[in-house]
Amino acid sequence: MRREIPLIITGLVGIVFVVQYFIPHWPFNRMNAWFSDWFSIVQACAIWLGALNLLKISLEKIARRKSDWGYAVVIIASFLLITIIGFVEGESFRDPGTRFTWLYDFVYTPLSSTMFAILAFFVASASYRAFRARNFEATLLLLAAFFVMMGRVPVGDALTAFMPEGWRLTDLATWIMNFPQTAGQRAIMIGIALGIVSTSLRIILGIERSHLGGD
Amino acid sequence: MFWEHFAVWVAAFLTLGIYSFLYKDNPWYKLCESIFVGISAGYWFVTLFWDNIYGKFWVGVFPPTHVNELGESVRTAQPDYWLLVGAVLGLLMLLRLVPKIGWLSRWSLAFIVGATAGFYLINYFSSNVMRQVQDTIMPLFGSGFDASAYVIIGNIVVAVGTFTGLIYFFFSKEHRGAFGFSAKVGIFFLMVTFGASFGYTVMSRMSLLIGRIDFLLSDWLGLIR
Repeated sequence: MRREIPLIITGLVGIVFVVQYFIPHWPFNRMNAWFSDWFSIVQACAIWLGALNLLKISLEKIARRKSDWGYAVVIIASFLLITIIGFVEGESFRDPGTRFTWLYDFVYTPLSSTMFAILAFFVASASYRAFRARNFEATLLLLAAFFVMMGRVPVGDALTAFMPEGWRLTDLATWIMNFPQTAGQRAIMIGIALGIVSTSLRIILGIERSHLGGD
Repeated sequence: MFWEHFAVWVAAFLTLGIYSFLYKDNPWYKLCESIFVGISAGYWFVTLFWDNIYGKFWVGVFPPTHVNELGESVRTAQPDYWLLVGAVLGLLMLLRLVPKIGWLSRWSLAFIVGATAGFYLINYFSSNVMRQVQDTIMPLFGSGFDASAYVIIGNIVVAVGTFTGLIYFFFSKEHRGAFGFSAKVGIFFLMVTFGASFGYTVMSRMSLLIGRIDFLLSDWLGLIR
């Protein structure tokens, strides 16, 4: 009961998604539409589960007065702030001028873009360590990164302005991105896709059961 | 006017708080980080409620009504009670928070895993294998013998690079002889790919950094007009 029903659900749903690709007619198209809608609803509940779990962990931290419990209060306060505002605003919570949009524009966006922007410094320090031409492969890595970076900034073009059009750093960077980079990316992409296809098949056939956990 | 200034000051305070981590981990950074965690969780909580639970489930099961010219209340669509199954699966997912009957959440998880596996099995095979192979094996001189040297060389590079790259990832045969040589060429292509991707990522992060500095110097301090 605890393992059999989930295995049947996984297999049935997986097979319907596969079959509807080849037979996009009734009843498979209808089942596909239902499953897609159910997926969206369950997805929302999964995010709710994550958020409620975050609240639970933060409340436990406060109750037990663990170290840095004050930050758990900030997490709960900011979560409640945006959630209450979002529910009060109603369906049109994303409209321009709403308090929810204000929070999104002046709190969420600066924080998320700065979080990603700060990676520029860590990437720079990582590249200092990684970019050493120790052997031929490392030199290729170094040169490809160098030409792509130089080709993306105005100084790269200025340095090679004397060269004929099509032979400047920008063109070289574009050529690297369009051809050798595409080739390597494609090999990786095909390898990953074949891995995903075989894993999906194992899951649908019930050979792979690790997602069901123990007992 | 006050709220506009206040908004810019809030955004600047949070931006500088995150950057303060470059010095070292400190209370200002931790405060901003905690705000980010709470706001992000709340943002998705609200967005998925209105988009999926209300927009898909509630409106689907209880379609809105409008009053017609005869003064009768008419539904805009037929209710779709099959959506209740989705709601039940969603509720089962939340049961994970109740340890005694938490195992019931496996039914929802099984549904999610099955749907994802079925979807990926076909779509990944179609777009990331078949389509990629199709785009790799191109007519060398163009369909009407009209390709430039740039395209011809490029197509050869893509075909050779993809093929040798795949050979490198084939570990069921020892990389020796001609097979080993092809795998070695594949590594060269992969190194160029990693270098180019790295350079591209660095530039995108730099672009974000410039955006934040531009905000601080123009919107906040007004030093750049």
